[in-house]
Amino acid sequence: MTHHVVLHIISKLVIPPILLFALYVQFHGEYGPGGGFQAGVIFASGIILYALIHGVEAARRVTPPLVLRPLMALGLLLYIGVGIATQLAGGNFLDYDVFAPHHPSHGQHLGIFLVELGVGITVTTVMIRLFFVFAAREPARRREE
Amino acid sequence: MTQHLTDIALLTLLVATALGVVRSGNPFAMVMLYAIYSFLSAGLFISLDAVDVAFTEAAVGAGIATLLMLGTLALVGPQPVARHRPRRLPLVVVLLTGGALIYGTLDMPPLGEAGAPVHEHVAPRYLEQSAEEVGIPNTVTAVLASYRSFDTLGEVTVIFTAGVGVLLLLGGRGGEDAP
Repeated sequence: MTHHVVLHIISKLVIPPILLFALYVQFHGEYGPGGGFQAGVIFASGIILYALIHGVEAARRVTPPLVLRPLMALGLLLYIGVGIATQLAGGNFLDYDVFAPHHPSHGQHLGIFLVELGVGITVTTVMIRLFFVFAAREPARRREE
Repeated sequence: MTQHLTDIALLTLLVATALGVVRSGNPFAMVMLYAIYSFLSAGLFISLDAVDVAFTEAAVGAGIATLLMLGTLALVGPQPVARHRPRRLPLVVVLLTGGALIYGTLDMPPLGEAGAPVHEHVAPRYLEQSAEEVGIPNTVTAVLASYRSFDTLGEVTVIFTAGVGVLLLLGGRGGEDAP
């Protein structure tokens, strides 16, 4: 799939809006439909599309496994970290009100933002790595030869 | 009226797609039909005003799941699905289960009825209080990320654990992480 000129050009036109749309879904989830989970899947689709058309090696240079590996756990840790931060601030686990005692809704905004960011990071990296790990295996036919 | 027509059309296409998946002998066509099935389900969710669910169905069911299945097909190569003669027992089991499920729906309150149990538990509180307590317009996000934050933490943990499991199974030596 490396010599299709039309696919190359179209992918270069289409992938940036996909990634941008993922970020929009991520950070606009409080106002419209969507959130970290959907955003993560859309962002991963953009990268996977790039890998399908430009080759897995090129995609791996964009998102090196060395970066993806820690990010996968970082998203979950960010989520848990928000919970522990609320406990340290004197509230219940994941009770965002304590982030801004005088404006509870500000605290809620901050908490939801961080938690959704954690979801987005973990989902994106898990999906991209799943695809890479599938793509890295040799097809059965080639192995038999 | 339009709503009913849309629902009937979508459900008919859903059944047709499901039959197509069963009848098709070509794995590639099956994966594509699954993707269409997901898109039709997403359409049904939109018709039910559940845009967040529809979004997830379209992104995950039609997007990533199709990609991963295509990746699997690319690995195993084109293998025609083995055809068996239709057997009676599986058909009876399927018909009985389907009949029991349809019988079960007879006791359900009509779609959208205000007095249905699902609308009387915590849903009114979320709808009425979330603007004040959480302060964001999207109630679904308010429920998922604030009221039921603990559940969402569990879901993210499941995704993380599942991802690690698949990577351990498939990505071992010589796999993705090989230096």
